[in-house]
Amino acid sequence: MPDSTTSRVSLTLNSSLESVDKVERTAQDFAERAGFDQDTVPNIVMAVREAAVNAVLHGNAYNPAKRMTASFEANPDCLIVRVQDQGPGFDPSSLPDPLAPENILRGSGRGIFLIRAFMDEVHFRQLLPGTELTLIKYRAPAQPAA
Amino acid sequence: MSMKVTTRQVDGITILDLSGRITLGEGSVTLRDSVHDLLGKGAKHILLNLGNITYIDSSGIGELVSAFTSVKNAGGELKLLNLTKKVHDLLQITKLYTVFDIKDDEATAVAAFAS
Repeated sequence: MPDSTTSRVSLTLNSSLESVDKVERTAQDFAERAGFDQDTVPNIVMAVREAAVNAVLHGNAYNPAKRMTASFEANPDCLIVRVQDQGPGFDPSSLPDPLAPENILRGSGRGIFLIRAFMDEVHFRQLLPGTELTLIKYRAPAQPAA
Repeated sequence: MSMKVTTRQVDGITILDLSGRITLGEGSVTLRDSVHDLLGKGAKHILLNLGNITYIDSSGIGELVSAFTSVKNAGGELKLLNLTKKVHDLLQITKLYTVFDIKDDEATAVAAFAS
C-alpha cells in the first residue's frame, strides 16, 4: 500500500562503482516501499543505476575529490529521483541516437536512452559545474495535457 | 554480484555459460576478457548462454555488441542463447534483437553455426 505522505532519502557518495551499487540498492528499496509494482521497480532501478553510472563515470570521471548526490522522493503522485555530479556538464541534445543504423553497433551510448525509455520524465539541469538529472515515475501512466 | 563464466565445447562450438550480472566494471570486463581469450586461441564459433544472467545494464549491452563485432571481425560467429525476459526486452528496446542471432535451444543453436 503506497504511503500517502511524502518520504525522502538523500545520499552523498564518492565517485566509485560501489557508490553506484549503493544508489541502485537504495532505488530498489525506495521504489518497493513507495508501492510500485514488480514490473515497474526493475525499470526504475535500471534508470537510476544508469544515471548514477553517468554521474560517476562521465561526470566525475572517478575523481575522488568529487561527489555524487542521489536524492529520492516519493509522494502520492510519483517517485522523483535526482542525481547530481560535479563534472564539466554536457549537452544532452548532443548525444548520438543509439538506434540510428550508424550507431547500432557501438559499444556504448545507450544509458540516457534507457533512462528515457523507463521513466515518464527526464530533465537535465546544468549546475555550473556539474549536471543534475531528474527522473520522474508516476504511479499511473502520465496523462497528456488538456 | 559479479559474473561467472564457464566454458565448454559442444561439437566444435565454444559455449560460454554466463551467470550473475553483466554491468559496468567487473562483469563487463570478465565478458570482454573471456571472448578475447577465446579469439586469441583461435575459437571462431562462440555461443553465449545468458540463461542465468540476472541483470544487465547499458554497459553490459554494449559489451555484448562489442563481443559480437570482435568475433565477426575475426571471421567468426557469435550467437546468443536463452535470453531472460529482461534481456530480451532490453535488446528489443535498443533494436539489437535483430542484430544478434538468438536461440532458445542449445542443440538448435549449435547446429546453426556454419561449419
